[in-house]
Amino acid sequence: MTAPVSIENVSKTFGHFKALDKVSLDIRAGEFIVLLGPSGCGKTTLLSILGGFLSPSSGRVVIGDRDMTFVTPAKRPTTTMFQDYALFPHMRLVDNVGFGLRMRGLGKAERDKKALGFLDLVGLKASAGKRPHELSGGQRQRVALARALAVDPEVLLLDEPLGALDLKLRRQMQDELKAIQKRVGTTFVHVTHDQEEAMAIADRIVVMNQGRIEDFGPPSQIYMRPRSLFSAGFMGEVNFVSGRVRAADASSAEVETSLGNLALPAANFTAAAPKAGDAITLTIRPEHFRGADKSDGPMFTLGEARVAGSAFFGTHYRCHLQPCATDGDALVAHLPQSSDVRDGEIIPLAVRAADVVALPAASGTL
Amino acid sequence: MLRRILVSGVSWAYLALVYAFIFLPVAVLVLFSFQDGRLPVPPFNGFSTQWYEAVFVDRKLMAALGNSMLVAISSSVVSCVLGFLAAYSLARYKLPGSALQRGLLIAPMTVSYLIIALGLLALLNALHMPLSLLTVGIGHVVINLPLCFAIIYASMGDHQINIERAARDLGASDFKVMTLVTAPMLMPSILAAFFLSVTFSWDEFIIAFLLSRFDVTLPVEIWSMLRSGLNPKTNAIGSLVFLASVALLLILEFSLFGRTKKQ
Repeated sequence: MTAPVSIENVSKTFGHFKALDKVSLDIRAGEFIVLLGPSGCGKTTLLSILGGFLSPSSGRVVIGDRDMTFVTPAKRPTTTMFQDYALFPHMRLVDNVGFGLRMRGLGKAERDKKALGFLDLVGLKASAGKRPHELSGGQRQRVALARALAVDPEVLLLDEPLGALDLKLRRQMQDELKAIQKRVGTTFVHVTHDQEEAMAIADRIVVMNQGRIEDFGPPSQIYMRPRSLFSAGFMGEVNFVSGRVRAADASSAEVETSLGNLALPAANFTAAAPKAGDAITLTIRPEHFRGADKSDGPMFTLGEARVAGSAFFGTHYRCHLQPCATDGDALVAHLPQSSDVRDGEIIPLAVRAADVVALPAASGTL
Repeated sequence: MLRRILVSGVSWAYLALVYAFIFLPVAVLVLFSFQDGRLPVPPFNGFSTQWYEAVFVDRKLMAALGNSMLVAISSSVVSCVLGFLAAYSLARYKLPGSALQRGLLIAPMTVSYLIIALGLLALLNALHMPLSLLTVGIGHVVINLPLCFAIIYASMGDHQINIERAARDLGASDFKVMTLVTAPMLMPSILAAFFLSVTFSWDEFIIAFLLSRFDVTLPVEIWSMLRSGLNPKTNAIGSLVFLASVALLLILEFSLFGRTKKQ
């Protein structure tokens, strides 16, 4: 089963702390949504409100077409997969997975058959008679997934389920989660603070900070065309260059920065249309710096920069560059493996026009 | 080299003395239960099982043994159930004055059995409740409930909260969460509380003595036998009581501590 989820103006306060501040979000049926943000951003609170473990201070939660705001967890068409798996230690795996079916009054033979089917889905059918303490972390993870899916929920809520696994296993489990989600078609809402994990599994990512949604969209859009400085900074490395709009019309804007003047298409202003006099911050991903000679599309030259340090990362050289035009902040650039950079060398800087995103400057800067 | 031998020799002697101090009385008790003669005092005249035969044909003793088992098991079951419920509510719900409530639950542990027995005796008199095995059982619940509560409460950690949440999330009612998840999860400590409670009730004398009348428990029966003088039969029944306690402790050791090791 699967259902859309609609979160309407949900706020949650704990004493004086505002954990969620008027959050609205529409999730389509069968989507894999990732709530991404640093700890304390409200993502787990939002998940708990979806699961029914917390009720919002104001606002509404609609699952399918039913108002679920104050329905208890047991009566919701959601199940939660907990961070610490929360398996029943005294039960065999088949009984763990069959627990929800037992609560729904299914007979033993039938629920065992169904439970075995779900254990098979996660590749643990052969261990059905074992107890949780005999399993590795990744296997417990799979049992927790099977148990949550066995009751055929419309929405599965995953609370940092991969947090306790080592990196390699985490990457492997991400692929499995994604594959299983595709197979069962259930709406998944997954909480994490790992942006790589978010990109690996999400259909759409919700970037959260301080109780608010900063950005919402497919991974490529969040990464390439972030709609807030926080979102740009949280999704991987980025260079911030502050500037000011000198003149703007419907299709483009003249921008003045410490690295020179640029004419940016209005489409690059992802958060708000440019107005003359606006203080803005340009965001440039490290891998978007090119050698000035290799152009594919309209390029901006940003003057020259001195290589202040570089390290070989396998897929690229990560270089610290000090722009020659200014004493301002150094930039980080990822240059191709083939580029032979040496400390102290002066290299020309260029970026593709399409790769620069202009956002309103954070208040207090510039 | 010599010094090391000396030190280790003294250590071993010390150890032997400690164990002798603890177990010599029991060893003597058991030894003279096999006395071939009328008096359980040295010299040891020879080996005989006649006193055990005498124990097993003694109707009153056997009845007292049955009474003791009945009181021990039923009062321990009641103590464990009440202790578990109290621990569950104090660990899982925000109750008014929960620190005070915990303190009050454990407080009877610090009161002497004699005082508890006298208090209960006065209360039962006021209620016109006749003394019986039931009143002995009530007394044993009073002394064992704090113990059961403390053991079970100590084993209720926060890591089980998510497990209970998961059960609720999968559709279990509060009652089912408690009976199908919480209690089985805590079974090692519940059983530990139960067996300890059984051993305490099994050889408790003062409360059993003051709160019983016609049907008495084994310690009370042994005491009344002792009033008529030393007799190898008392040694034999004493040895049996000791054997039962040891058996319980062994069950506890193998069934529980073996299990926790595995987990």
